[in-house]
Amino acid sequence: MPGILQIAYKLLINDRAKFAALLVGITFAVFLMIEMTSLFAGILSRSSSTVINIGASVWVMDPAVQTVANTIPLPDYVLDEVRSIPGVKYAVPLYSGAALLKLRDGTYQAANVIGLDDTSLFGRPQMLAGNIEDIYAENAFIAIKDSEFYKLENPAVGTEFELNDHRGVIVGIARVASSALFGVPTLYTTYNRCLQYIPNTRFTMSYLLVEPKTAADVATIKARVAARGYLALTRDEFVQQISNFYMYHTGIGTNMMLMTLISFIVGLSISGQTFYTFILENIDKFGALKAIGAKGRELVSMILFQATFVALTGYGIGVGLCAALIWLARTHLPDYAAMITFGNLATAFVMVVIIAAVSSYFGVRRVLSIEPFDIFRG
Amino acid sequence: MAKAAIEAVGINKWFGVEPVRTHAVKDVSFVANFGEMLYVVGPSGSGKTTMLSMISGILRPTSGTVKVEDADIWSLSSDALAEFRLKHIGFVFQDYHLFPRLTTAENVAIPLILQHREWTAAVKDAERNLEIVGLKDRAQLAPVKLSGGEQQRVAIARAIASRPDILIFDEPTASLDGDTGRNIVHFVREQLLTDQRCIVIVTHDSRIYEFADRIIRMEDGRVTGVDRSQLDAQ
Ligand SMILES: Nc1ncnc2c1ncn2[C@@H]1O[C@H](COP(=O)(O)OP(=O)(O)OP(=O)(O)O)[C@@H](O)[C@H]1O
Ligand SMILES: [Mg+2]
Repeated sequence: MPGILQIAYKLLINDRAKFAALLVGITFAVFLMIEMTSLFAGILSRSSSTVINIGASVWVMDPAVQTVANTIPLPDYVLDEVRSIPGVKYAVPLYSGAALLKLRDGTYQAANVIGLDDTSLFGRPQMLAGNIEDIYAENAFIAIKDSEFYKLENPAVGTEFELNDHRGVIVGIARVASSALFGVPTLYTTYNRCLQYIPNTRFTMSYLLVEPKTAADVATIKARVAARGYLALTRDEFVQQISNFYMYHTGIGTNMMLMTLISFIVGLSISGQTFYTFILENIDKFGALKAIGAKGRELVSMILFQATFVALTGYGIGVGLCAALIWLARTHLPDYAAMITFGNLATAFVMVVIIAAVSSYFGVRRVLSIEPFDIFRG
Repeated sequence: MAKAAIEAVGINKWFGVEPVRTHAVKDVSFVANFGEMLYVVGPSGSGKTTMLSMISGILRPTSGTVKVEDADIWSLSSDALAEFRLKHIGFVFQDYHLFPRLTTAENVAIPLILQHREWTAAVKDAERNLEIVGLKDRAQLAPVKLSGGEQQRVAIARAIASRPDILIFDEPTASLDGDTGRNIVHFVREQLLTDQRCIVIVTHDSRIYEFADRIIRMEDGRVTGVDRSQLDAQ
C-alpha cells in the first residue's frame, strides 16, 4: 500500500470513536437496505411458488390473470387448440385451487390443492417418502413438506383426513423448490380427482402448461394463443408479472421500496455528515500535508481511500449481520420469508458506493480548497 | 561571497477586495544566504508570516519574484511547487501540526513517505532524526503524550527529515518557556545550521535574538531595517 494511503488508513482507524460512528452509519444502512429487499425478495419468490415448483416453460392463461393464485379457469377446447399449434411439443392442463381439510383431531385447515395432469403427472414434486405412482390410488394425496407442513399435523404415509367431506389419504411426502406465500399447506393429487372433490365453475383448467419443441417456437405459440384471446407467458415472464403485481399494485411492494429508499437516505445523511465532520476535524492535518508538499491528487486519493474503506467495511458487516439475522429468524420461524439475492446485494452495494461517492465529493472539495497559508498562520 | 538561498525582489501582498483591501506586505526585497540564520522580527500584524509564506512557496505574492536556489518558484506549476517544497524546504509551524493519530516516529517520517519512501524504511530513518533531537526513546509514543518543548523538537525532526537546505520557523518559541525556547534555538543553531543550509526564523522573542546572524525588522508590511546581531558584535 502506498505510504500516503497508509497515513490515511491510520488517521481513520486510529480515531476509534469516529471510525466506529462511520461504520455504524454504513452498517446500519446496509443492514436495513438488504433486510428490506431480502424480505421482499422472499415474498416475491413465494408469491410465484407454484410457477417455480411446476416448472413448465410456457403458461397459457386468461389475459386477466395477475398472480398465479388468482386463477381464471379456461374452457377445455383451449387445450385442443393449443395442442394443434405447430411448435408445441406437448400441452397439459394444471389445476390449482383451494380446499378445506378436516384433520384427524377434528380441526379444519385450508389447503392449496394442485392437480397434475393424469397421464403425464407433469410438474410432479420430488418424493421424500412413498411412490409418485400411488397418486393414482383411491383418495390419494401427496403432502408437500414445506414450511407449512406442520399445519397438516405432520402427516405420514397413510395418514387420513377429510377434504371437502371426501375421504383423503396421504400416500407420499414430497418436496418442492419454494414454499407458498399465504401460509397454507399444499397437497398434490391428479387433475381429475380435483375436479371430483373440489366444486368448480363451468370451466375447470387453471392453466395450460406448454412445452415448445424449440425455444424459437415460443414466439409463434404466444402469437397463436393471443389470436385466440388468451395469454401465453414464459415461466420467467409469468414470475416477473407476479412480481410486478406485488411490487407496484399492493401495499407490500410500494411500502418496502419506500422503506429501502428511506434506509438509503438515512444512511447517506448519517454517514455523509459523519465523514464530512471527520474531514473537517482533520482539515489542519490535510493542510499541513499540503504545505509540506503533498499534491492535490494525493490528498484526494487519501479521502477516496478512507471513504471506500469505511464503505466496504460497513457493507461487509451489514451483509454479515443481515445474513446472520435471516438465518436466525428462519431457524425459529418457519414462515419467515427473506431471501438474500445477488440483486439485493448489488442494490445495496450500489447505494453504498453512492454514499461513499457523495461523502467523499464534499470532503474532496473541502480539502482541495484548503490554503496552506491558513494552516501556517494557525 | 555567500551564496544566495532565497532572493525576494519587490514582493507585495494584497488581501481581500475593495473596499476592504489590506496591503499586508509592501515592496519587500531581501536576500537570505546559505550558512546564515536570518530572523524576521516586528510587531504583530506587520506581515511577517505573510512574507515568510511567500518566500517558502505557500502563498502566491500579488507581485514581485521569489527565487529559491535560483529557481523562480512562483512560475512553477502547483504540483512542481509542491515537489519543490518537499525537496528543499522544511517547515516548523507555530502550533506544530503534529498528527495525534500517528506515533512520533511516523510523524517525523511524513516528508519521506510523501517522497514515496517505503514505510518501514521511512520510519527507521525518522527514528534517527529523533535521535538527533534527543527523543529516540519517545519514537513509539503519540505526540500528545509529549511536553510542549518535546513536541517542538518532533516538529523540527520532521522538518529536517528530508534533509532540506532551507528551514523555515514561524514563532518557534511562542508557546515555550524562556529556557526551553533558548535551548531549542541554540540547538538549531549548533546542530542544524551548516554552510549548505539557510534558516529563516520569524519571531517576536527578543530572548533569542542573540542566535541570529542578521535580523530583518518589519513594520506595517515594510522592511524598516536590517541589523547585524549581537553575535557579530561579540
Ligand atoms: N487571509 C487574509 N485575509 C485578509 N487579511 C489578512 C489575511 N492574512 C493576513 N492578513 C492581514 O495581513 C496583515 C499581516 O498579517 P501577518 O499574519 O503576516 O502578520 P504577522 O506579522 O505574522 O503577525 P503576528 O506576529 O501576529 O503573527 C495583518 O493585518 C492581517 O490582518
Ligand atoms: Mg505571524
